[in-house]
Amino acid sequence: MTATVKWRTWLLYLGVAGVVAYCLAPFYWMLVSSLRRTSDIFDTTLLPSPVSFENYRAVFSPSQGFGRALLNSLIVSGITTVLALALATFTAYAMARLEFRFKRLILTLIIATSMFPVVSIVVPLLKLFTDIGWINTYQAMIVPSMSFALPLAVWNLTTFFRQMPDELEQAAMIDGCTRGQAFRKIIVPLAAPGIFTTAIITFIAAWNEFLIALSMTNRPSIQTAPVAISKFSGASQFDTPFGSQMAAGVLVTIPLVIMVLLFQRRIVAGLTAGAAK
Amino acid sequence: MATRTPPETAANRHPGTAPRRAGRSAGPMRSRRGRKSATAGSGRMAALLVSPTLLVLTVVVLYPTIMALRESLYGTKGLDPKTGFISDTEPFVGLQNYADIFGEAGERFWNAFWNTTFFAVVTVGLETVIGVAMALIMHRAFSGRALVRASILIPWAIPTAISGLLWRWIFNSDGVANALIGQQVLWTTEGFHAKVAVIIAEVWKTAPFIGLLVLAGLQVIGKEVYEAARMDGASPLRQFWHITLPLVKPALLVAVLFRCLDALRMFDLPYLLVGSQKNSVETLSMLAQNEASNVRFGPAAAYAVVLFVYVLLIALGFVRLLGADVVGDAGGPGGKKRRRASLRGRVEVSA
Repeated sequence: MTATVKWRTWLLYLGVAGVVAYCLAPFYWMLVSSLRRTSDIFDTTLLPSPVSFENYRAVFSPSQGFGRALLNSLIVSGITTVLALALATFTAYAMARLEFRFKRLILTLIIATSMFPVVSIVVPLLKLFTDIGWINTYQAMIVPSMSFALPLAVWNLTTFFRQMPDELEQAAMIDGCTRGQAFRKIIVPLAAPGIFTTAIITFIAAWNEFLIALSMTNRPSIQTAPVAISKFSGASQFDTPFGSQMAAGVLVTIPLVIMVLLFQRRIVAGLTAGAAK
Repeated sequence: MATRTPPETAANRHPGTAPRRAGRSAGPMRSRRGRKSATAGSGRMAALLVSPTLLVLTVVVLYPTIMALRESLYGTKGLDPKTGFISDTEPFVGLQNYADIFGEAGERFWNAFWNTTFFAVVTVGLETVIGVAMALIMHRAFSGRALVRASILIPWAIPTAISGLLWRWIFNSDGVANALIGQQVLWTTEGFHAKVAVIIAEVWKTAPFIGLLVLAGLQVIGKEVYEAARMDGASPLRQFWHITLPLVKPALLVAVLFRCLDALRMFDLPYLLVGSQKNSVETLSMLAQNEASNVRFGPAAAYAVVLFVYVLLIALGFVRLLGADVVGDAGGPGGKKRRRASLRGRVEVSA
């Protein structure tokens, strides 16, 4: 009996190790490759020897304009997140707390937008933005990004607001608050963790966006980091500068990895909120 | 399509005065009336709170969609056959773009269509199997849960564009994939192996995500069910097949729906892993984007509209299959119970 239990425990550990390896191995390879010298980039050893930061220096050489691209990414995803959250907070509150007609239909439609193929709005907007001279501007990336950021934020926040007990604001309203005051003074502070989680998830989604940023820009100085990395030109002798691409990839991913490590519980809660009804 | 209800529709309805829809059962009516005292005047307030979102979505989704429909009826700028000059405006060509999709440019379209469908079916199938397996392992794991949770979030957090480059590097001719299998496969060149490369990269990124959603579903299932089954002598396989799977099915189906729609619009990964205008991996999104970037907006819009209709049909099919409950319950009699269940699921996931 105990032998079976022990055997099962080992099998479980093996499974857990398998899951972790599956998820981390490619990321580990990106990290290791980024630390190799250009001359031994094709090595397939598990550790870089010697460790070199050559690729990281190459990434930040002025010709790549990577610092600028990071800043662009930060501006576009930051503004997208803030705008989406500001609008979504109100809508989600109404969805969670108020009774009104067509509520279900409206929520369905809002969520349906997030399943929309982005390319079918990019094509007409690309033409429009070309006509009004918006190509290579931040707003040309932020406006289309709202199409996925806003539904995501509305849905996440609605679930968070729904989980807060009704009685809180009712008590506040009995004590003389208006609904608006109750919302501002009671709900928003209490929902802060939920709003924060939604902000992280929305930010990651906006940070990872590629198609819109690729289509709306053709000038390197305005491109976001993922687009810039994909267009890195080889400062080195071979076609694709994998070393600096991997280094830049690590740099773009690190902020997200840190966020994931710090807030994993909340992110998981936010991501699973909708699906695990 | 998504915001067909204009904001005013909500504004004009007051819960007390609005005519109630026929055919509603007494249950929800009573609960509505019950809430009304607590939420009097909420109709106008709701309209005020909801309309900014609807307005923005109208501008960024509904308006472009209508524009795409209109645009798809126009040709590209070029020589005007009547005057022989280069025209500044796009000629109206009616349904010619659509006729071309299924006729003249048919080969490229159908290739992209089948690629898109193939990727969606294969990746979602594999992701579901791997994801469920991962969820079952994680559900059993007691120690190291935080580590597991953090690591399954990493593939999700890496931008798809970056993972495209990462896998391009792994699948390089001198890369680690070939070193591991001891063969020289030119993964990122045309051919079936390019499809395989895209599928592997996509499944890597999204299977953990399905695992996460299924795990959340698993944790809502009570332990008593399994104990009872064990008493009755059900084998672990039977327990999985007759208890776990049916109970986790709603969560799984929603996850599969979302992944399907996501896979149908796949762009970043094949674009960066293999390249644009590569027959073996070109998807409908890539095709439309490629036409648009070559300033052929009319044909591009037509492709975009076809993709949109395709996604819509798949979504409607799923909704048929799942019932109306796909997108969450906005009130109604079952709301409380479900809400509690979701709360419990969430607490246990984060435990």
